[in-house]
Amino acid sequence: MDENDIQILIDGTIHYFRATVGQSTEVGAPYLVENREPVISDFTGIITITGAYTGCVYFTAPRAMLRHILMANGETRADAEFMADVVGEVANTISGNARRHFGNEFEISVPDVFEGRAEPNRLKLAERSFVIPITWRQYRASLVVSLIE
Amino acid sequence: MKLLIVDDSMFIRNRIERSLAIKEITEVITARNGREALVKFHAHKPELVTMDITMPEVDGIECTERMVQANSTVKILIVSAVADKATAILALKKGANGFLIKPFEETELNDALSRLIQGARRGRK
Repeated sequence: MDENDIQILIDGTIHYFRATVGQSTEVGAPYLVENREPVISDFTGIITITGAYTGCVYFTAPRAMLRHILMANGETRADAEFMADVVGEVANTISGNARRHFGNEFEISVPDVFEGRAEPNRLKLAERSFVIPITWRQYRASLVVSLIE
Repeated sequence: MKLLIVDDSMFIRNRIERSLAIKEITEVITARNGREALVKFHAHKPELVTMDITMPEVDGIECTERMVQANSTVKILIVSAVADKATAILALKKGANGFLIKPFEETELNDALSRLIQGARRGRK
């Protein structure tokens, strides 16, 4: 993946939050991590990618941020099932939007979501991943891109 | 008019339902995957459908095709994150009437549904 590819995902992240919660979102500089200890927060939504790229894109966020997103959208329910649904939808939307850039050989799965630490085989990670840090209000989440061309 | 909202995300189903500001829509039915959508489509006979594409079991493209085969006057708005041109063309070929890319704003959703309702009225004349 090159800088242009990463920028597409950054733009998609900003667009998602702007349209969904109507607040400015800060996206920090992406950084590379080794995958011995994946970046994981309270809830994680994974999209498995196949086709021209293989690996995954996942969105991981703290419980408080997800509760706030749900409230900002008029939801009165903010239980674990609903929070897992939101992280899956964020990952799905950003990955789906990226097909405009990557083409239809960037095949995306339905979201796989989980709470807490991942079972190792649920995250199909390349050796290294790009982490895109996201700050919305006072909360910090991450979009993690782990793909091999 | 009855609207069937089809999406595997509860967050999106609720968001679509809460965003609706169209007086012609008097009843809303929801389904969380393509298989459930087909059952509810035959049971409730909605005139309008919002359809996600990436869903477990039966996906939105196949679901669209099967709904249009059963009722050629139904108006289907694809509401999907999958934003490439090839997918949009395929959905339209299978009988969808419009395409709205997620994430959407309330006005975009209502504008897109209004266009479908106008199309449905023209079709009846």
